[in-house]
Amino acid sequence: MSSPTLPRDVKYGIGLGILYLLLGTPMARDWLEATMSRHMLVQMPLLVILGIIGCRLLPVRWQNDVLARVGGSVPCVMVALFASSYWMLPRALDAALTEPLAEVGKFLSLPLLVGFPLVLAWRRLTLIGRGFVWTNFISMLAVLGWLYIVAPVRVCNSYLVNDQEHAGWYMVIGSILLFVWWLATLFIGSGVGPNKPGGNGSGTTLA
Amino acid sequence: MNPVKRSVVTTTLVISLGSWFFWWATDGFTAFTAETARRVEILRSPRPLPMVTLEDQDGNKISLQDYEGRLLAVDFIYTSCTTLCQSMGMIFKQIRDLIPRESLGRDFALISISFDPDHDDTASLKKYGQAYGADGKIWRVARVPDKAELKSLLDAFGIVVIPDEFGGYEHNTALHLVGRDGRLRLITDIDKAAPFAEQVVALL
Repeated sequence: MSSPTLPRDVKYGIGLGILYLLLGTPMARDWLEATMSRHMLVQMPLLVILGIIGCRLLPVRWQNDVLARVGGSVPCVMVALFASSYWMLPRALDAALTEPLAEVGKFLSLPLLVGFPLVLAWRRLTLIGRGFVWTNFISMLAVLGWLYIVAPVRVCNSYLVNDQEHAGWYMVIGSILLFVWWLATLFIGSGVGPNKPGGNGSGTTLA
Repeated sequence: MNPVKRSVVTTTLVISLGSWFFWWATDGFTAFTAETARRVEILRSPRPLPMVTLEDQDGNKISLQDYEGRLLAVDFIYTSCTTLCQSMGMIFKQIRDLIPRESLGRDFALISISFDPDHDDTASLKKYGQAYGADGKIWRVARVPDKAELKSLLDAFGIVVIPDEFGGYEHNTALHLVGRDGRLRLITDIDKAAPFAEQVVALL
């Protein structure tokens, strides 16, 4: 059936796929990987966000099904935690630049092992669970940023030492902004807390 | 399987797999940077070096393979460097002076290799050498004229050179030791000149 009007989610899905492929073009990669800040704080988060949006486009029934199969939100959060921590290692950054296999791994793991499981887990997480994920992420970002600022050595062979310091400052500033924003949503927002009853599982907003 | 049991099983699986992966990806939680990884790997399996043509400060064509049978200390420099390479010269001088005189040249040699053949001609290599007492025999200062060969040499050593915003370069600086078999066998920090010399003496 060649329907001229595709369902909305499918259209979004196609758009998402195109964005993903665009990020994978040599030109986009060269530009986004030219500095450490862009690599860590633009390209990688974009890949995770693509995964988040992609997963939310899937029918809720599928999401629930997968979540039930893998055993709930705890293993999902764990997977995301491991995968995101790995890509915070300076060695992983260098590897992505020098080894094609590592680059492919990055493009697959950030959406599929960080974005996807986070969305799956999020709806089932209590306020405390979400708080754990947020504070864990924010503190990791702050500590890593601080390490990059004070490190007496260049941690990435592929990036200038100035670049490392810049990235460090962006991370520290970013973590503070994120923390303030998250705190604000606790008081005034509605998305952070556990799902309101009758939300029909649509409350998948991240924060 | 009930949901709680399933959750416990998969969580355990994820944590074990994740920990194993981290252990594997960091050489047993020791190497968190590419630089450390390079050093750990060399220690584990000394690496053969490619055959490339070097030109020393006197215009002689040599190769690293000419040094087989001797221990060879290698560092990478560019002569217009105003910061680290200047101290590299002093460090290499210090190492040379820590090696017994009778072994110098016969059983141990040094070479400083420039990765900037565009700017470093034999004259600037000579000037660099004279500044630190590199005589052109025991201690040579050399360039790799051919770009492709230079790349293969840098790759083999694991040296990454990136231009900085002041017209110079940033690169991972270290002391390298090539064994008698022509394989790269040890990489240490540049502030470890004395331990490096001790290692050399122990191998003489």
